[in-house]
Amino acid sequence: MTSLGAATTGGTLLSVRHLTVEYATVRGNARAVDDVSLDVNRAEILGIAGESGCGKTTLTSAILRLTRPPGRVTAGSIRLFPKGGAPVELLGAKGEELRSVRWRHVAYVPQGSMNSLNPVMRVGEQFEDAITHHDGQTARKLDERIAYLLDLVGLGAHVARMYPHELSGGMRQRAIIAMAIALDPDLVIADEPTTALDVNVQRVIIQTLRDLRDRLGMSLVVVTHDMAVHAQLADRVAVMYAGKIVEDAEVRAIFHHPRHPYVRRLIGAIPRVGGGRFRLDGIDGAAPSPLAWPAGCRFHARCADALPECSTVMPLLVATGAPVGQQLTRSMVACHLHPAEAIATDVSGLEVAAPSQKEDR
Amino acid sequence: MTSTPTRASTASPADAETHGTRPARHLRMESVTHAFRGAAYRHLGGELVAVDDVSMSLASNPPQIVTLVGESGSGKSTVARMLLGLLKPAQGRVTFDGDDIYQLSSQGRSSYRRAVQGVFQDPYGIFNPFFRADRVLWKAIDRFGMARNRADALAVIEQSLAAVQLRPADVLGRYPHQLSGGQRQRIMLARAHLLQPAFIVADEPVSMLDAAVRVHFLNILLDFRTQYGMSTLFITHDLSNAFYVGGQLLVMSRGRIVERGGTDDVMMRPAHPYTQLLLASLPSSDPDVRWTDRMTDTEQTTAKPSPERTRCLFAERCPHVMDRCWHEVPPTYAVQGEPSGDTEIGTSPVRPAPSADVTGGEQGHAVACFLYDPAERNSPLPVARTSKT
Repeated sequence: MTSLGAATTGGTLLSVRHLTVEYATVRGNARAVDDVSLDVNRAEILGIAGESGCGKTTLTSAILRLTRPPGRVTAGSIRLFPKGGAPVELLGAKGEELRSVRWRHVAYVPQGSMNSLNPVMRVGEQFEDAITHHDGQTARKLDERIAYLLDLVGLGAHVARMYPHELSGGMRQRAIIAMAIALDPDLVIADEPTTALDVNVQRVIIQTLRDLRDRLGMSLVVVTHDMAVHAQLADRVAVMYAGKIVEDAEVRAIFHHPRHPYVRRLIGAIPRVGGGRFRLDGIDGAAPSPLAWPAGCRFHARCADALPECSTVMPLLVATGAPVGQQLTRSMVACHLHPAEAIATDVSGLEVAAPSQKEDR
Repeated sequence: MTSTPTRASTASPADAETHGTRPARHLRMESVTHAFRGAAYRHLGGELVAVDDVSMSLASNPPQIVTLVGESGSGKSTVARMLLGLLKPAQGRVTFDGDDIYQLSSQGRSSYRRAVQGVFQDPYGIFNPFFRADRVLWKAIDRFGMARNRADALAVIEQSLAAVQLRPADVLGRYPHQLSGGQRQRIMLARAHLLQPAFIVADEPVSMLDAAVRVHFLNILLDFRTQYGMSTLFITHDLSNAFYVGGQLLVMSRGRIVERGGTDDVMMRPAHPYTQLLLASLPSSDPDVRWTDRMTDTEQTTAKPSPERTRCLFAERCPHVMDRCWHEVPPTYAVQGEPSGDTEIGTSPVRPAPSADVTGGEQGHAVACFLYDPAERNSPLPVARTSKT
């Protein structure tokens, strides 16, 4: 039913390289996103996971060029390869160029957006605003377009004539998603799209997002701390910890063969329903402060498997082979336990990954 | 799977028995109904019935965990506030050892305060930002005269912080903004540990915590029961947390308890169509177990006047709805089937469930749904014996 694995076809849509975002605070510079590199492939659902404060939202708002003081992007590049257009360097885009990219090529569903509709405007009017501001279609075509968009997310055309307070939280969230896809963007970035919704509504939202990708072929970046949502929705998951990506791999590799000790503990801390009832272990200690990242691996103080070099040498995000079923997929991990030597050179040879597999408990 | 779940080594029923010397105490809600009225509810027809004829009981001996699950707006927090003495119910009683907590003498009130402690959802809102976070601990010692001098008090505080795996140096003397959400929530748990209450009412204590910290918190709550004999009412919207914690489970929807029973009974064999809907919506954290069927949308637009309440409030969303569901309030029927028994971590679900409680089948698996009325001929579901509350 799902399109696992279909993800890697179609090439790269968005390429983030060495992105660094800092917040100036009275107590110094907080490097919330530190030298992050990430690709989003066409028609792929990329999940970005991590605890609160790890830099997920800072990363996605930088992609949207929504970083506001005291935050600023201090290094890196974000290149977008829109369909039928020339590549755009988003960090360099200004004024009209930026406006033409937003919504038309990259749309955003911000956190808590179901509460961000204008309460005194009908839903349809808010669609018109967004569409005319970024595109400029005629009013007659607009009504059809809005009805079509609402239908895509499973809402009736009558919703356009309603006010936000007449809609439930889940309906508002779907209306926002419909608005995000109004101009058929290449990429939709959704920040915590299911948080604060009831479980059955969450399920409908997950279903809606997946349907949209399947029908429209857009790429989707879903940011959430909820690992179960990633398990249900994502093709690939990038896990962030303390401003860095620590592991970036196909969803089944992340859940069944996590490499990074942090990811392993994170996956191990998810309560599961059914089967045996076991005591789970959380992760001891607290995440470090962005004002003073520790030297070396930022997880080393909480890591049970830390090596001597972990406290001095920052591990780089390198490719390793992660076994998924009978196939070896590319997976990136930043951990001294999984050095770059483990790079899979022969895709058919599962034993390539064997040296690092002993780390899996 | 690479995680290594370890069986709980210390949690044996015998541990709980050692607290047999503690007097049995009871915190009960008896047919409590509460409606909020006012201009804010004008669009709902003037009132919002948050809690509708809810009864539940929490006993301290043997210590137990009762979990209350429900969606937002189901009335969970209103229940917590009423049990904590923060909101007087319009109808019905909340009793502590048989006495109405809203009519206690000052002495009785003090003893109730000491015995029933709350842990709340928002670890950011609970602390006064002008005071150091440890003030909630010093104040408790002060209020209940728990130490003769400052050095004694500090020793007691450090002991309690250790019990919730906090290092005193990390939290003492700090202001709330200097602590993480997990640290703040654990300070509230340390406060509970300090006071050794018979009951903890924890209202969504983990919903704002990260997954890794969440499990820590739940483990401490579980350990409080086995090590100190504290009973907990654990309120959550998250069914996976409910399953993890185990114990008795109450499912609340639109102000009513629609299903109750052992966690395994309710979650493995959900009887009420609402519970079935909740469980069908629960995302599996295994990417190989994705939903393959589609959920039909049963959402209602909001801002409709409060419906006629003399009916099943799930009727409009129910796939099995019958005529009578629209005209009668479904009573509670027992659900047939082998009870799963104890749901403590590390125990295999074989022990039979305890016999029914005097307050009306609160221990057994029961459901407020006409489908389980033995007189219902068209019932597509197994027919069960009645036990009307």
